[in-house]
Amino acid sequence: MISKLKKHQFLFEELVKRDFKKKYKRTILGMGWSMLSPLLMLLVMKVVFEQFFGRTVNHYTTYLFCGLLTFQWFSESTNSGMRCLFANASIFTKVNVPKYLFLFSVNIQVLLNFALTLLVFFVFCAIDHVSFTWRFLCLVYPITTLLLFNLGIGMVLSALFIFFRDIDYLWTVALQLIMYGSAIFYTVDRLPPKVQLVFSLNPVYRHVAYIREIVLSGAIPSLGTHLTLLGFAVAAFLAGSYMYKHYNTKFLYYV
Amino acid sequence: MSDKKPMLSCRNVSIRYKVGDFKNIGLKEWVTRRLTGKYRVVDFWADKDVSFEIFEGDMLGIIGTNGAGKSTLLKAVSGIMEPTKGRIVRNGRVSALLELASGFDGDLTVKENAYLRGAMLGYTRRFMDETYPYIIDFSELKDFENRPFKQLSSGMKSRLAFSIASLVKPEILILDEVLSVGDGAFKAKSEAKMREIISGGAATILVTHSIAQVRAMCSKVLWLDSGLQVAFTDDVAGVCDCYEEYLKNRPAGPVYDPVAAKARIDARAAAKARREAEARQMREDAAKLRKVREILKRNGLRPV
Repeated sequence: MISKLKKHQFLFEELVKRDFKKKYKRTILGMGWSMLSPLLMLLVMKVVFEQFFGRTVNHYTTYLFCGLLTFQWFSESTNSGMRCLFANASIFTKVNVPKYLFLFSVNIQVLLNFALTLLVFFVFCAIDHVSFTWRFLCLVYPITTLLLFNLGIGMVLSALFIFFRDIDYLWTVALQLIMYGSAIFYTVDRLPPKVQLVFSLNPVYRHVAYIREIVLSGAIPSLGTHLTLLGFAVAAFLAGSYMYKHYNTKFLYYV
Repeated sequence: MSDKKPMLSCRNVSIRYKVGDFKNIGLKEWVTRRLTGKYRVVDFWADKDVSFEIFEGDMLGIIGTNGAGKSTLLKAVSGIMEPTKGRIVRNGRVSALLELASGFDGDLTVKENAYLRGAMLGYTRRFMDETYPYIIDFSELKDFENRPFKQLSSGMKSRLAFSIASLVKPEILILDEVLSVGDGAFKAKSEAKMREIISGGAATILVTHSIAQVRAMCSKVLWLDSGLQVAFTDDVAGVCDCYEEYLKNRPAGPVYDPVAAKARIDARAAAKARREAEARQMREDAAKLRKVREILKRNGLRPV
């Protein structure tokens, strides 16, 4: 796969370029939007929920931002990943190119948006008097696993999207569910253990929790947490790879 | 010819297309049809038992009416589809241009599209940097370089597509309805270019409805009809004559008309008769040889 990726490096670069150009075409702020939209969301949530949860949670803004940052990355990545295969149907029905290139290319762009938001996040941390420690370096780990997880889910969704366009609507609902199940603006400590168990099965929540532990508590999560995140990522990625491999030459019947 | 390795060989290639209920029906329909047993998927053989091979410097023309399975065959040759049965062996890099003007992005400029297309065809950036001036020059689109692609006329689009595909040095070049584009002047230029590519040792496959083009340029011809192989031969003129006659006698209407079927059956019967005649000839030759040996033996001579 690496050698194949190298062989298609030029195509990959061109695809990334195209995705960027198409995304920010005719928007005045261009890339600024990708930073601004999570901030606006943050503002809304802070105004609405601070009264309820702000008193019990220290650094509530940062707490909120951790969740939003993670969830929005997941949401954007899977949403644009879902459409990427279908949107490039006119290419892969005519030229034999590896289909994951489209997904990877879209994800490069989404990843860059995330990186920008992350910078803003650090600025907010500083404003919120969060103490920076060397443990912040551990953030690389959940970011890597979530990237893999996003790619895996993106592959599964984009393959399903070719077969059933309804996936779009179903995924919108699913994303809502995942958002409310990721404890973005509330805390889970007071919930019954059984409910907490359900939360721990939500990959997005686990990533949010990991990031919060580093940023807010300055502690490194347990080895079990690390393995769980890796497990989610590998499982999703394998499922996606399997679908791409299995349906590789069958997609074009459906577009 | 036979001692050389073919650039591309297709052996008994059959391709099954699925048609029916699975496409564009949505989840609800899919579930209800599955539950009520109304879910139908029909297999449709787009190509049946097609065999051919081409060598360096060959230009193969594929002819046939609409729905004959030409484009499907090209998709299999270029690796987009897998043949359901049979084998395709490629001994060179395939550069395929199917349904030319599509696959470009209307929002990108001509230059960006040229690079994207070049990348899709598997070239390197350095190669494109070197070749791009020639491409833009050959396609006569210098003034449109930075215009969005959607503002181009369809002839210009095809010119660009052709220029990108031909100004590179492919080993196996697949052209689907390419040369029928552009105005007269460009057509002449593109034909000259094609000859240059072929003389450079590339094997080319050309799918076209222009019989004149096949006559003028191809060294081999493959005639498909409803997925069946009517003929594959280097007697280009002969097959083109037959095909033109067949087109003339064929009433306008659906692809699967009785005339086509009859012509197909006749052609296959003729091929079968030819094979049988060859086999008979071989048997007779063998019998003769045996007789000669017997005579030699009877006269006490050792057979040579």
